[in-house]
Amino acid sequence: FVSHNALPTYFLFASFTDCFSPSSKRQTEVRGVAKVEDYTLPAYFDRRESPLPDIKFVQQLSPDQKSLKEKEKGSWAALSKEEKIALYRISFKESFAEMDKGTGEWKSVVAGIFFFIGFTGLVVLWQRNYVYGDVPHTFDPEYKQKEVQRMLDMRINPVEGFSAKWDYENNAWKK
Amino acid sequence: MFSHVLLKVSSDRLWSFSSTASVAARSYSHGKQETDEEFDARWVTYFNKPDIDAWELRKGMNTLIGYDLVPEPKILEAALRACRRLNDLASAIRILEAVKDKSGPHKEIYPYVLQELRPTLSELGIPTPEELGIDKA
Repeated sequence: FVSHNALPTYFLFASFTDCFSPSSKRQTEVRGVAKVEDYTLPAYFDRRESPLPDIKFVQQLSPDQKSLKEKEKGSWAALSKEEKIALYRISFKESFAEMDKGTGEWKSVVAGIFFFIGFTGLVVLWQRNYVYGDVPHTFDPEYKQKEVQRMLDMRINPVEGFSAKWDYENNAWKK
Repeated sequence: MFSHVLLKVSSDRLWSFSSTASVAARSYSHGKQETDEEFDARWVTYFNKPDIDAWELRKGMNTLIGYDLVPEPKILEAALRACRRLNDLASAIRILEAVKDKSGPHKEIYPYVLQELRPTLSELGIPTPEELGIDKA
């Protein structure tokens, strides 16, 4: 043992024994025990990746269950099918099949989607009636007719498009 | 192509359908790689401990299920016998359920494992989840 701080060894020993000398009072008093919160205790989880949870599902056993647990200490072949299922249900809440099955929540989601799309449609209809004013006069059928005539007179897209479909000889759309 | 990727991920273990060597495909940069047999032997020894306690059984099982593999029947047999020593039938059934769940899409694994474990299941009186009807939700 080498004393690095050049104190004589007996001084170091004196401080050591002070720490470990027996005394009538504990070095650290016990002032009280904190209340144990539920979330600090091991919890039960049904998980595929952790098949054996920290605790059994049923913590308080009824007298029937207690006697079944005693019977479990003997030969398992002597247990009936119902007793085996009962033992399983004491330890576990849901079987793998039960924990893995779907919830059908998607049906609610799709129903909600359709509902809100429909509701939005109603809102849009109301808006068209009560919020927006009339369309401009340029939408009137007579005005539109004059527009089409003007476009034909100008020979708009005469090769493959608009005017190409108009029969100028017979003054009608091509059949 | 997707199935090739899937099998490559699980090439580590018993069901290695990849055409590469049969040694465990862990990518260590140094150190000796544990062979499949050593892995199996280690786990069988773990569960064969005569005075195994409930925590060790749970810890062992949860760890084993965490690996990217389906345990060999001999490991599972040791685990089932550990359940017997601990008088825990429920955990034995749960282990069988976990094996079936672990096989995923490879539906041929679970019947094979049951076939290999049949003598042990009969000897200890452990029912399969199917026999109890808890394999259906």
